[in-house]
Amino acid sequence: MNKTVKTILVVDDDHDYLFQQRLELESEGYNIITADTRKKANELLKEVKPDIAIIDLMMQEMDDGFVLSYEIKKRYPDVPVIMVTAVTGKTGMEFGSVTPEEKHWIKADTIFTKPVRTEQLLKEIKRLLKF
Amino acid sequence: MNPKNEQRLKVVIVDDEESMCLGAQRVLKNYSVDIEDIDTRVFFDTKFVTKGNSFLTLLEKEKVDLVLLDYKLPDISGLDLLEHITSNNKDVIAIMITAYATFETAVQATKLGANDFIAKPFTPDELRSSVRKATINLLLARHARRSEEEKKKVRFQFISVLSHELKAPLAAIEGYINILKKRYGKVSEEDYEMMLSRSQIRLEGMRKLIFDLLDLTRIESGDKKRSFDTVDVVDMARTAIEVVNMEAALRNIEIKMYVAGPVHMAADKSEIEIILNNLITNAVKYNRDGGKVDVALYSEGDKKVIKVSDTGIGIAPEDASRLFQEFVRIKNEKTINILGSGLGLSTVKKLSKLYGGDVYLETQPDVGSSFRVELFNTNTSNIIN
Repeated sequence: MNKTVKTILVVDDDHDYLFQQRLELESEGYNIITADTRKKANELLKEVKPDIAIIDLMMQEMDDGFVLSYEIKKRYPDVPVIMVTAVTGKTGMEFGSVTPEEKHWIKADTIFTKPVRTEQLLKEIKRLLKF
Repeated sequence: MNPKNEQRLKVVIVDDEESMCLGAQRVLKNYSVDIEDIDTRVFFDTKFVTKGNSFLTLLEKEKVDLVLLDYKLPDISGLDLLEHITSNNKDVIAIMITAYATFETAVQATKLGANDFIAKPFTPDELRSSVRKATINLLLARHARRSEEEKKKVRFQFISVLSHELKAPLAAIEGYINILKKRYGKVSEEDYEMMLSRSQIRLEGMRKLIFDLLDLTRIESGDKKRSFDTVDVVDMARTAIEVVNMEAALRNIEIKMYVAGPVHMAADKSEIEIILNNLITNAVKYNRDGGKVDVALYSEGDKKVIKVSDTGIGIAPEDASRLFQEFVRIKNEKTINILGSGLGLSTVKKLSKLYGGDVYLETQPDVGSSFRVELFNTNTSNIIN
């Protein structure tokens, strides 16, 4: 049993989504911190090093998630990043399957398409936190 | 004035008479073509080959823009070469040269895609004029293709964002339903109410987006015939105010109209309605409780002005410049509970432009915003374009 409570940073501009993630993840025993912009996430990151980050792709700018992911990795290379997005294949922007080549510049460990099943997300969090 | 852009085109002369090739090369060496439409000056780099086969080898290795092609070559017929070029690559333009100028060969060459046809012996001026025509044709066609691609890209991006904006509320509502299902009986009454009302708000937002989208596509498609009438702007503003008055009254917001005299203009009624509705609804939505909305309408000669001011949250300078873009909603703690599609103001701007005008914004955070739309009496022929 891992004694320390793990902290998850959730970044999304959709406040309903933030609320839901907080509810779901807190009930699993995680400590949740949230931000609704890339800027606020960076301010938080100066103070706190989360154990894992879950971030939305399209916030104020279309690629905020990519930029933020890059910023997180630069500051804390060992913090896993899960990218979540409602942008999908129908529009030609398919992020579900990532080739090693794409992963090189995307800098996220996992990419999920919204809506993400909570079980799936929890499983991935556990896998990336390695316990 | 010199054109802003410079471009070099690669010209290949295919002729078995070397002296002809050298002559043409000399003529084009110091020649340039100005294309005003795309603000470009074009220079030419020329090469020549004396055999058809050498040209084919060259074509595989290098990018060629313009070909001066002799009709009669020792190894391959010029027309066969022409056919080869035009069927494989639409981005190369060809001028046929021949000593035996007949009407039939000219027709045949043109059919196969030659841009022009010059007969030997030709003067430097004849060559220049033909090259000039071909260059303009080639570059304008390229330019048109590029702007078509650009349009497609913008469209594609719009659809990407749109699908995102439509899926986000679905995901939020689905999330609440899942939580309520999973924790049936374990959610406090307060949370239960909150989740239901948030779901309703997101549904409402989605409906608003769909309506705004319909307004926008109607303007952009140009499918529907716009019908022009003399529109009484004052009367229409009154109606628009009545629509939001209920919501305004609930929040103690006072809406006042300032009119110096009648404001009539030739316009499509539904378009003026969209402008007024968007501005007045926004002024209420983004206002503080107990705030004020001023709607001023006046004419300045040909110009009709609709000015809607509020005492609301205002807009930060860094956000103001993005405000009229599609799907831009300024997201901060002050706007989180306000519904908006992010299409309203971009639609207002598009409509103002249709009337030869524009929309101007004056704003100060926490003090308020003032949107001034200027419209002109446009005659119908102008509008169709």
